[in-house]
Amino acid sequence: MDAASAKLIGAGLAVIGMGVVGIGLGLIFNAWLHALGRNPSAAPVLRQMGFLGFALTEALALFAFVLAILILLNVL
Amino acid sequence: MENPLNQFAIKTLIPIHVGKYDISFTNSSLFLLLTFLAIVLLFFFGTARKAVVPGRLQSSAEMLYEFTANMVEDNAGHGSAIYVPFVMSIFLVILFGNVLGLIPFGFTITSHIIVTAAMSLMIFTVVVLLALKNHGLGFFKMFFPPGAPIAMAPLLIPIEVLSFVFRPISLSVRLFANMMAGHVMLQLFAGFTIALGIAGILPLTFIVLLTGFEILVALLQAYVFALLTSIYLKDTLEAH
Repeated sequence: MDAASAKLIGAGLAVIGMGVVGIGLGLIFNAWLHALGRNPSAAPVLRQMGFLGFALTEALALFAFVLAILILLNVL
Repeated sequence: MENPLNQFAIKTLIPIHVGKYDISFTNSSLFLLLTFLAIVLLFFFGTARKAVVPGRLQSSAEMLYEFTANMVEDNAGHGSAIYVPFVMSIFLVILFGNVLGLIPFGFTITSHIIVTAAMSLMIFTVVVLLALKNHGLGFFKMFFPPGAPIAMAPLLIPIEVLSFVFRPISLSVRLFANMMAGHVMLQLFAGFTIALGIAGILPLTFIVLLTGFEILVALLQAYVFALLTSIYLKDTLEAH
């Protein structure tokens, strides 16, 4: 296998992480909606924690994306 | 297609060289200056009249202040009011930098890791120095969770130290990666729009939606950065 195709495969493998983050985001919004349904009066606290969890998880997807871009554009 | 990372290139506008150092005025400096001017003008004119019934500018200045003050109070706990100016400066610079970068042909200062890394390393240094000043050597107790069995120490302490040291890295890379990925994605879809001809209406629709999402991300990442800063500052106030 030559280096160019190995690079493309590597970039493809790097973005697998984004799919896993999709599962994680689904779990966060699942838990958020469950909590809101059970206790609507806790909405302000839940909104803050929900957005924090969303941003922390989404950042991991972007790490994978940045890594893939760096591999594709020969920066690494 | 053009390399999507070219949009982040730093262009020299006014070359300035002092000795062997290049301190030229670049497009990054220009947008940092615009961010500064936007914040100063908003707060200058927002607080100029001090009306009892606030106008639009005064309301936005007051809301920004109250939002930050409440966030610091809720997350850093008792005695954290002295940190409000620090957290608010960081929050406003990131917020205005992110939003100014979304203007077409603009430049996002936070899309460069050197900018975000400088900010997060500054926060990390402030947290460590203030915690050492306030707690003395008791600061190192935070690396061992209270109530854990002492036999777990060889396992727990390296993990806690690692997660503490990883804070500035994750803080800076999160902001930089969000901004960079958003702008790269916008440019990729803009390229599809031109390449597809009449069918380019589909990626164009997606760009409109994506721009809305990018505005949400710009606000959210500034909020998350300031929120995590106030959570980290909590370590300087409370003993563990």
